[in-house]
Amino acid sequence: MRPEQGTMQSRAMAMAALLELLTDQPVIICNGFPSREAQKIADRPTHFYMIGSMGSAAAIALGVALSKPNKQVIVFDGDGNVLMGMGTLATVGALKPKNFIHVVFDNEVYGTTGNQPTISNVVPLEKVAKAAGYVNVERVREREDLVYEFKDMLKKDGPSMLLVKVNEMVEDAGRVMLDPPDITKRFMQAIRNS
Amino acid sequence: MIESDTFVQALQDIGVDFFTGVPDSILGGIIAELMERRLYTPAVREDEAVAMAAGAYMSGKIPAVLMQNSGLGTSLNTLISLNYIYQQPCILIVSWRGQGGNDAPEHLVMGEVMPQFLDTMKIPHRTLTEKTAIDDLKWVAETFMQKRIPVALNITKGVVKGLHP
Repeated sequence: MRPEQGTMQSRAMAMAALLELLTDQPVIICNGFPSREAQKIADRPTHFYMIGSMGSAAAIALGVALSKPNKQVIVFDGDGNVLMGMGTLATVGALKPKNFIHVVFDNEVYGTTGNQPTISNVVPLEKVAKAAGYVNVERVREREDLVYEFKDMLKKDGPSMLLVKVNEMVEDAGRVMLDPPDITKRFMQAIRNS
Repeated sequence: MIESDTFVQALQDIGVDFFTGVPDSILGGIIAELMERRLYTPAVREDEAVAMAAGAYMSGKIPAVLMQNSGLGTSLNTLISLNYIYQQPCILIVSWRGQGGNDAPEHLVMGEVMPQFLDTMKIPHRTLTEKTAIDDLKWVAETFMQKRIPVALNITKGVVKGLHP
């Protein structure tokens, strides 16, 4: 782990690097800018874009992971989201789904509402996850570490958390284009036979 | 009084195959039976349970969430901004604490307003009785399939056998 300064990478850059390594895995993406950015970078039917119910991304992914034990399930989460649904770290840590990879893009702010600070600058969320029972946790800042650790987690049994320190930069992305019921239908169809 | 195992079997018979929730004393017997059958995934909050159920639904399961009626308050936003707008149904098995004003103080307000609360949230609901149980469960299954939104089956004290008869 390195000192926490000079975080250069934006969430969109980090997300693009991770999406390059994914193919047909279900990805649950939290509400706010992350879903909008993911849609712009690579829109796939296996993406579940959230537009509300903040704090629930990991719980939705857990429901998928428990129901599809042979499929690796990825969550793209944010620090504000994890703090809001922090109890789910305990549920994941206790149930220990091996096919669960929790990526947290940590920019230390509520970006969608105007960059009000969260408290993740003083609460290391990957340590909370580790204490709760996640098997693998890593905190990364640089792109090369991000790619290395994510590839490693794709090979390992989880649950795993990859906390990615990112800056406050936001990609110029519009709102999620699909209607929510269509997101549900498309996602269900995409993961049906896996 | 309905036996817990009969009730759980009836839920399985209508296709429910993912059970999560947060306990309540009225639901104690049902949860014990679900654990016995290794069907129950415990959650730490009701909104988490509802979100897990949504994930399970999208993976092809028919989910049920057990909770005390206070949990309806906790899961309000998830029920509306996840289940409702994304058309993700789930079966809510809700214990009706505070019904008729005979309960601890913390249950009285929700106990009184629960039917109106569910109406306001546009969640179809019914209260289970021993006499109508078969119909009640049939209605739950049909509403789930047709409306694709959460549907609530309210459980009052003494209708399904608890842990402490």
